[in-house]
Amino acid sequence: MKRIIVTCLLLWPFWASAELGAPPLESPGNDVYDTESLRRGAKLYVERCLGCHSLKHMRYRRLQQDLGFSEEEIKQLFPQLERIVGTMTTAMDPKDAERWFGVAAPDLSERARALGTDWIYTYLRTFYVDEARPFGVNNWVFKDVAMPHVFGDLQGEQKAVTQDTGGMPVIVRLEQSKPGKLPPLEFDRTVADLVNFLDYAAEPAQLERRSLGKWVLLFLLIFGFVSYKLKKAYWKDIH
Amino acid sequence: MSKCKQYGTDLLAWIDERFPLSKVWNEHMAKYYAPKNFNFWYFFGSLALLVLINQIVTGIWLTMNYKPDAKLAFDSVEAIMRDINWGWLIRYMHSTGASMFFIVIYLHIFRGMMYGSFKKPRELVWLLGMSLYLALMAEAFMGYLLPWGQMSYWGANVIISLFSAIPLIGEDLATWVRGDFLISDVTLNRFFSFHVIAVPLIIVGLVFLHIVALHKVGSNNPDGIEIKEKKDANGVPLDGIPFHPYYTVKDLFGAVVFLAICSWIIFYSPEFGGYFLEHPNFIPADPLKTPEHIAPVWYFTPFYSILRAIPSKFGGMVAMFASILILFLLPWLDRCQVKSIRYRGVIYKVALGSFVVSFIALGYLGTIPPTPTAAFFGTFFTIVYFGFFLLMPIYTRMEITKPVPDRVVWPPKPLAAREGWVWDQVRKLLAAVESTSAWRQADGYRQKIQEFMKNNKYLRHFL
Repeated sequence: MKRIIVTCLLLWPFWASAELGAPPLESPGNDVYDTESLRRGAKLYVERCLGCHSLKHMRYRRLQQDLGFSEEEIKQLFPQLERIVGTMTTAMDPKDAERWFGVAAPDLSERARALGTDWIYTYLRTFYVDEARPFGVNNWVFKDVAMPHVFGDLQGEQKAVTQDTGGMPVIVRLEQSKPGKLPPLEFDRTVADLVNFLDYAAEPAQLERRSLGKWVLLFLLIFGFVSYKLKKAYWKDIH
Repeated sequence: MSKCKQYGTDLLAWIDERFPLSKVWNEHMAKYYAPKNFNFWYFFGSLALLVLINQIVTGIWLTMNYKPDAKLAFDSVEAIMRDINWGWLIRYMHSTGASMFFIVIYLHIFRGMMYGSFKKPRELVWLLGMSLYLALMAEAFMGYLLPWGQMSYWGANVIISLFSAIPLIGEDLATWVRGDFLISDVTLNRFFSFHVIAVPLIIVGLVFLHIVALHKVGSNNPDGIEIKEKKDANGVPLDGIPFHPYYTVKDLFGAVVFLAICSWIIFYSPEFGGYFLEHPNFIPADPLKTPEHIAPVWYFTPFYSILRAIPSKFGGMVAMFASILILFLLPWLDRCQVKSIRYRGVIYKVALGSFVVSFIALGYLGTIPPTPTAAFFGTFFTIVYFGFFLLMPIYTRMEITKPVPDRVVWPPKPLAAREGWVWDQVRKLLAAVESTSAWRQADGYRQKIQEFMKNNKYLRHFL
């Protein structure tokens, strides 16, 4: 029996092997209950992402309530808004986007659920210099991505360190070649805030869901105890 | 009070003259005698009914807000998740319910295979049950298209395009099913219609027939003994107890435990690691972008693996449908006279064990991208899967069975006294669980609560 298990474990890597040259995904370690982080992430999103990427399922009103923004703060964040009504759409026309970038910028409403927070966190931090690309950068996670490095000024520049594997250069790690405005650790935290916000925006109900869950389970625990006693009481006379 | 009771009796008499209410109640609940030795495996029938009701009720509310339109479907699901009060809860109850339905049904079917519940005189119960399973698969398949995400779209695309592999009529058949040359708004609308009305009607009808057929022949039990053969002077089976109240209270407890597990998933892990709600399905359907890896939801993956194990598309399709339809033949493939696995030979125990292993392995292989190694194991387990059924008429004749007792074993043998390799493994597993720190911590809480209740003058009475 043990031998079978060991054999299976030895065979495992053959079908579960990771793609060569794929970057190790890192976890942002985010917490959607950290409202301060969500607010920082929301501001960053509006400043640097909303220009191209809409969040068409995210309502301004919901954002205001969940993140505790005042009416004033919302007006500051979205100066074009006359009333706090509607969802976070973008001004960029998809047709323009296709002309400028070759592809329309996708809506990011549920993207954190589709790709996972680790993927986004790693992706945003792994842009490296590649003169062959239109914006001078390429990405380790998403090869030949159409998006420019929107945090280039904060992160600085990174160089890809490659290794020759069977005649093909494969990236093994990225190295800082020019410092950015933020020190690396602080930059990571900033990106983590943004990822945290995207995680929240992908499912605003998760705040409610998780806090309600424990009461439901507590009720079922008590009800389970009572129904167990009831069963025992009825079954006493079955011999 | 007595006047109230009098009115109640009068009303019941009035109804009974016009409708067999008391008769139906007695035949199916109060005087339906079920064997008293039902074990853990017998919870899943009533749980399946519970999940069905959950799916219907949550489905009604989802239909109020869902829009079956290729342009609006994805957004309307997200509106349910975000803008509609408690919409997220109803949707998660429905999506978790779908997966739990299959877990419950797989365990229910496995129970039938273990204790020979498909054997004479219960062949019709089995056939109706298998038809239900087929209808459930159709229901789940069509329901999965409705959120109109990438996996909805491409999963349906892969399965419907299978029809095009049928010689001569294939292409036309696939177009007829889709109502278009590719999956489109037309397909979404007809799947919606089937999912919310046509198939549920069939399922409810079949459930009715399944229960009527069962109550005609009576329930099987873990010992595989016909309790109707030993009756007392009043015609009541000696080993039978009225379904109500004994099994209603027992099933109530089972339902609460089941609901606790479901609630944990709904509130803390509704995606269940991408198995209950697949990650790529949070990207709207895009007919121009094929996902890198298309995998059906977990409950279809065993059959998907069988499909992939056959090199030709048409052959794969035939094998996949055969793997489901062959289950219908089980009552005639099994030639052993003994019903319960408790008294059957080693051969059947090994065969059933291999079948379970191959089913789970095929399920796992169906979730991962195809590689040569995966293909090898896929073929191997497909052979084991079909071998279980096709060789059954041979190996079940060779079984050396144990003597079956006259009456059901009561009280049930305690765990420590049960013999055999399987029970040794169960005991080892339980010992391993009990030695984990999480278990000890939970047990510590339990003791604390018990202590608290003992010292409280009100709660004391509940112990």
